[in-house]
Amino acid sequence: MTDIVATNQTILVVGGGISGITAALEAAETGKDVVLVEKRPFIGGRITQLYKYFPKLCFPTCGLEINQRRMKANANLSIVTMAEVTDIAGSTGDYTAIIKISPRYVNENCTGCGACADAVEAEFDNEFNYDMDKRKGAYLPYNMAHPQRYVLDPRVIGTADADKAKEACKYGAIDLDMQEETIELKAGAVVWATGWRPYDAGKIQPYGYDRIDNVITSVELERMMDPFGPTGGKLVRPSDGKEAKNVAFIQCAGSRDRNHLRHCSRICCMASLKQSTYIREKYSDDGQVTIYYIDIRAIDRFEDFYKKVQDDPKVKFVKSKVAKIEEDKASGNPVCHGVDTEGYNRYAEAHDLVVLAVGMEPSVDKDNFPVDIVINQDGFIEPDDANGGIFAAGSASDALDVNRAVQHATASALRAIQIVNRVAGTEG
Amino acid sequence: MSDMNVAMVERYRNNFLKEVEHNVEEGDWVKMCMQCGVCSGSCPLGPYWDHPPQELFMMIRAGKREEVLTSTSMWMCTSCYNCIVRCPRELPITHIMHGLAHYAKRLGLAPKEQPTFKFSQHFWNNLVKKGRVNELKLGLSLYFMNGLVEGIKTSLNMAGIGLGMLKTKRMSPMEMIGGHSVKDTKGFHAMLKKAEEIEAARVEKYGKGS
Ligand SMILES: Cc1cc2nc3c(=O)[nH]c(=O)nc-3n(C[C@H](O)[C@H](O)[C@H](O)COP(=O)(O)OP(=O)(O)OC[C@H]3O[C@@H](n4cnc5c(N)ncnc54)[C@H](O)[C@@H]3O)c2cc1C
Ligand code: SF4
Ligand code: SF4
Repeated sequence: MTDIVATNQTILVVGGGISGITAALEAAETGKDVVLVEKRPFIGGRITQLYKYFPKLCFPTCGLEINQRRMKANANLSIVTMAEVTDIAGSTGDYTAIIKISPRYVNENCTGCGACADAVEAEFDNEFNYDMDKRKGAYLPYNMAHPQRYVLDPRVIGTADADKAKEACKYGAIDLDMQEETIELKAGAVVWATGWRPYDAGKIQPYGYDRIDNVITSVELERMMDPFGPTGGKLVRPSDGKEAKNVAFIQCAGSRDRNHLRHCSRICCMASLKQSTYIREKYSDDGQVTIYYIDIRAIDRFEDFYKKVQDDPKVKFVKSKVAKIEEDKASGNPVCHGVDTEGYNRYAEAHDLVVLAVGMEPSVDKDNFPVDIVINQDGFIEPDDANGGIFAAGSASDALDVNRAVQHATASALRAIQIVNRVAGTEG
Repeated sequence: MSDMNVAMVERYRNNFLKEVEHNVEEGDWVKMCMQCGVCSGSCPLGPYWDHPPQELFMMIRAGKREEVLTSTSMWMCTSCYNCIVRCPRELPITHIMHGLAHYAKRLGLAPKEQPTFKFSQHFWNNLVKKGRVNELKLGLSLYFMNGLVEGIKTSLNMAGIGLGMLKTKRMSPMEMIGGHSVKDTKGFHAMLKKAEEIEAARVEKYGKGS
């Protein structure tokens, strides 16, 4: 991994989500040298954890496959996983990035056979499934993970499990002596695509996410729909495993709220409209959906999608932000309390399951940004001349859906290309 | 109708929102409400309000002056602050409720039979005499607030508590004659008079439509 050659004509892409992949490919396919650095053991980012995409309701894996093919075919692109950019010094056309690479303990001999995972006993919370189930101490983050290479959890290193994994591997792929490395990389321009994370739902105290089993988040629901997900694709209640047929969505959970995120997260209205089709897909006419909202923000062409869901008699829209959720102890049903805005009617509605449409916040802590860059009060990167040759791409710049994130990433790639062209003297 | 009310109707005509912004404590927050409903759903007494805060704010914007100012709703607020901590727009809802109640009272539009209104008046009358609350007299005046028979009943019901308070020196029977007061009662009354003058001048000013 450390043998990457980078010069000040190299474009460094930080973050290998759909935005970072897009920027990296667009630049590499014009012939530029690109290094893509990803913190997780695989690339793809958060979309790998989605079941389907709005508005077409196609599977994200499909688009990812195409991108993986493009990546394999491109010799200009180097990918470093389990690597985090901790600092960038220098100026436009002449940057030096400090990159910390965590040991994977599995080398390129890995065939993805999974013998190590079978041998290891220790289990840990599965972060890919938002800790809804467990995974082994030797694991493939998810079925389609790219690269298809297992990872040894650092917590098993030094235990008997580590030796068991090593013994089980017939290909000599387990290397327990791997160490954390810090490398320096030169770059002429940087695309910063570190993406987003779901807002911590536990902080919205009146909704009881931390107390009520059957209150979950929208990102968890996406995982439950996956046939290889924590529930094997079943839409059931965490408390008792019963089918969740009567499902409520609470919009703006943590967004548009000065106590939480001030911004509108933009995608969550569409996400809930999309997820309402999941419930209908699972339970057909037995499914009942209620969407509690302040106002539905389905922008431009998404309006059609909204209309279609509105026409579904099994989807009820209640114009009201739920004030609090209480648990009915006997049934485990979460009960939504509030007052609606169309008539000021007081309601107390019980549901099988309540899904909080949590907001998107930047994945990088705004008070601890590793590079000198202009961010707004919410921690999203602002387009600003002061950023020099560092350009934000995708949801690191704003709460964006995939379509807009990818457009934004392409624009950033172009800007980065202009910089390295200038360094090479081919552009004035 | 009070002079002040006539003056205000004249001055603001069809713009009740502006009237609230100018005259009600924290009134300029009203326009910030996005009608999400969290305040109404969070109020422990909400089910007993004719118009929960969210609705009051919309009524203000819709110019329903009479309905808002004569409403008993804002008098129901117990200052629990649940709405304030939850409002996504950080409106100081509790304060606006008290501001509305106070403004309605100044205009002479407040509902006179509303218990909180009555209590507040008794409390005020009791307080202004000596600058200190006379608990014994206040308690008795409250017991008899709803008539003689009701008062005797309540007194008998509360006798145990009253005796307990006497025993633990939380209340003194001497309060019946005179009672404790601020050091300078005269000065205190002068201050109140001055405040009344300022208030009157304010009404005078609005009356001229400045
Ligand atoms: C419930 C829900 C449903 C959604 N459904 C849809 C949908 O149906 N259709 C749609 O278009 N959009 C949807 N979205 C939005 C979609 O998830 C985002 O648009 C998309 O993930 C943005 O991709 P990204 O590459 O910008 O960010 P990310 O996917 O977050 O990728 C960022 C990457 O950067 C890495 N990284 C972070 N920090 C560092 C660092 N310091 N160094 C190196 N790497 C780092 C991360 O590990 C990650 O892999 C949904 C969102 C939610 C919340
Ligand atoms: S997109 Fe919808 S749910 Fe999300 S913050 Fe905006 S209005 Fe609220
Ligand atoms: S909680 Fe705040 S924004 Fe929501 S209706 Fe009440 S006052 Fe308006």
